[in-house]
Amino acid sequence: MEVLLAVASGVLYAAGIYLMLRRRLAQLIIGIGLLSNGTNLLIFTAGGLTRARPPVVPDGAQALVEPYADPVPQALVLTAIVIGFGLLAFSLVLAQRVHATVGTDDIDEVGRER
Amino acid sequence: MRTLVLPILVPLSTAVVLMLAPKRPVPQRWISLTGSVLLLASAILVFLRVNAAGVQVLQISGWPALFGITLVADLLAAVLVVAVGVVGTAISVVAFSGVDPRREAFGYHSLIQILLMGVAGAFLTGDFFNLYVWFEVMLVASFVLMALNRTRVQMEAAFKYVTINLIASSIFLTALGLLYGATGTLNMAELARVWPTISTPGVDTVLAVLFLIAFSIKAGLFPLFFWLPASYHTPPAAIGAAFAGLLTKVGVYALIRVFTLLFHSASPALFALLLAMSAATMVIGLVAALNERDFRRVLSFNLVGHIGYTTASLSLLTPAALAGAIFYVLHHIVVITNLYLVSGVLLRLRRTTDMAGLGGMYRDQPVFSALAMIPIFSLAGVPPFSGFLGKLAILEGTFAAGAYWTGGLVLVVGLLTLLSMGRTWADSFWRPAADAHDVAAPGTPFLVAIAALSLVTVAMTIGAEPLFELTSRGAQQLLQRDEYVRAVLGGTH
Repeated sequence: MEVLLAVASGVLYAAGIYLMLRRRLAQLIIGIGLLSNGTNLLIFTAGGLTRARPPVVPDGAQALVEPYADPVPQALVLTAIVIGFGLLAFSLVLAQRVHATVGTDDIDEVGRER
Repeated sequence: MRTLVLPILVPLSTAVVLMLAPKRPVPQRWISLTGSVLLLASAILVFLRVNAAGVQVLQISGWPALFGITLVADLLAAVLVVAVGVVGTAISVVAFSGVDPRREAFGYHSLIQILLMGVAGAFLTGDFFNLYVWFEVMLVASFVLMALNRTRVQMEAAFKYVTINLIASSIFLTALGLLYGATGTLNMAELARVWPTISTPGVDTVLAVLFLIAFSIKAGLFPLFFWLPASYHTPPAAIGAAFAGLLTKVGVYALIRVFTLLFHSASPALFALLLAMSAATMVIGLVAALNERDFRRVLSFNLVGHIGYTTASLSLLTPAALAGAIFYVLHHIVVITNLYLVSGVLLRLRRTTDMAGLGGMYRDQPVFSALAMIPIFSLAGVPPFSGFLGKLAILEGTFAAGAYWTGGLVLVVGLLTLLSMGRTWADSFWRPAADAHDVAAPGTPFLVAIAALSLVTVAMTIGAEPLFELTSRGAQQLLQRDEYVRAVLGGTH
């Protein structure tokens, strides 16, 4: 499972970086999204995977019994997803405004003086 | 110590009040100023306590370290938070001479406060994931401040700025994921304790390089600084001043933190890499500054170049060099903020910061010129100003560590800085203006803020001895780590 997720996260990084190197704003933003999801997957995988053992103390028990899934990476990923989502939304609005101001979504054209 | 939360809580409350308060300029400006002064006061309180009683710790909600979020203030963090208060107050004062109405209506003042909160939080946190969150708080505020305008130049600058910072954040987060995977914690003190027993050379190098890349983008080190001169000169002067004074310094702070806490015994090649990057930053930054004819772009490149001083000293990891670096960071925050405000006055007076349209200031605006002289000559490193003393401290540090090449380079770059700032002074202030004349008054709030910051520079010059003694203690604290670790984790470790 770790191998599969590691490969998936690697593919997301690669695709994200490839798209960020394109000249179109829309592709750049999709790239940002893929990159941040690749990172989230990496945190989740690097934190260690434990299947079907939620970190919840069962009824009647006093403490968790090993093995249980580490809750910290889940909390980290949740925070990172929220932040990534906010930034992605902001980038979309910014791109829309760039397009409205400049009339093109080619990044090289944005910097060129009329 | 509960006071520790105030430098975060005060700007947060101010931002909330500003959002609820009437959207008219006058109340907004006064609330913002009050908030910034309170921030400065709380920062000084924190600093005095840290100075008297050593590293201060606050476990939020009483959760012990490793479970909750820890706030820590050692001397480095405490003096930097005071600097945040100083810069914040100056920015709030300048707002009285008018903010572009569009920005003010869209919550300019609350965004500035959120920016200050993010920076203060980044300095005070004792947890790496929390550091990431504060980075994002700071970045989102800076994104909006950068993009609140529809001109073509600003749009281009904003997009570059946003993209490169998002990439840096992703790299930082990647490093954090791997670090957690290797150690099972992201608490800085706990990491400092367990890292030497866990790390293997391979993991150590990979993580250090990831952190180095992420923070070098934020700090603006070669070859990762090109976004900075492409964007910092586009927003209004007050915003440029806040960015230049604070944001890159957070990158430098983060570099100092990870290299003193975690990677102090990493492979020498890594420190050689940091040194090489710093050297290239200094030289390229200043050569590029000499090539510019626009006051604000000269400042951007000087900003980049001088970051190299501090990181070059960091790469030596000796107490003397680190003390010099901290001194230089403090000097640079005050001076570069001040110079961006000076560029704001020039922009008001002449509607341009291109040196072709400047000149004759010395005759037309003697008071303003006299005030501007202090930061310009201080940045140039003219004795006796704080810039000279900072460079001297760094030089002593490098020579004491036997890094003669670095010391020599610092001297050469110092000469280039002198040339760059001397020419800037001559062209913008001294040279008689060809046909340029002032179209507006400099504005009293600007002059007050510039005078206050110049006074801080003078105070840092006169009080250089106690200040240097302070930064030396700060450097000791960073390199010994025991006090930091003990303060966070308790006496048992």
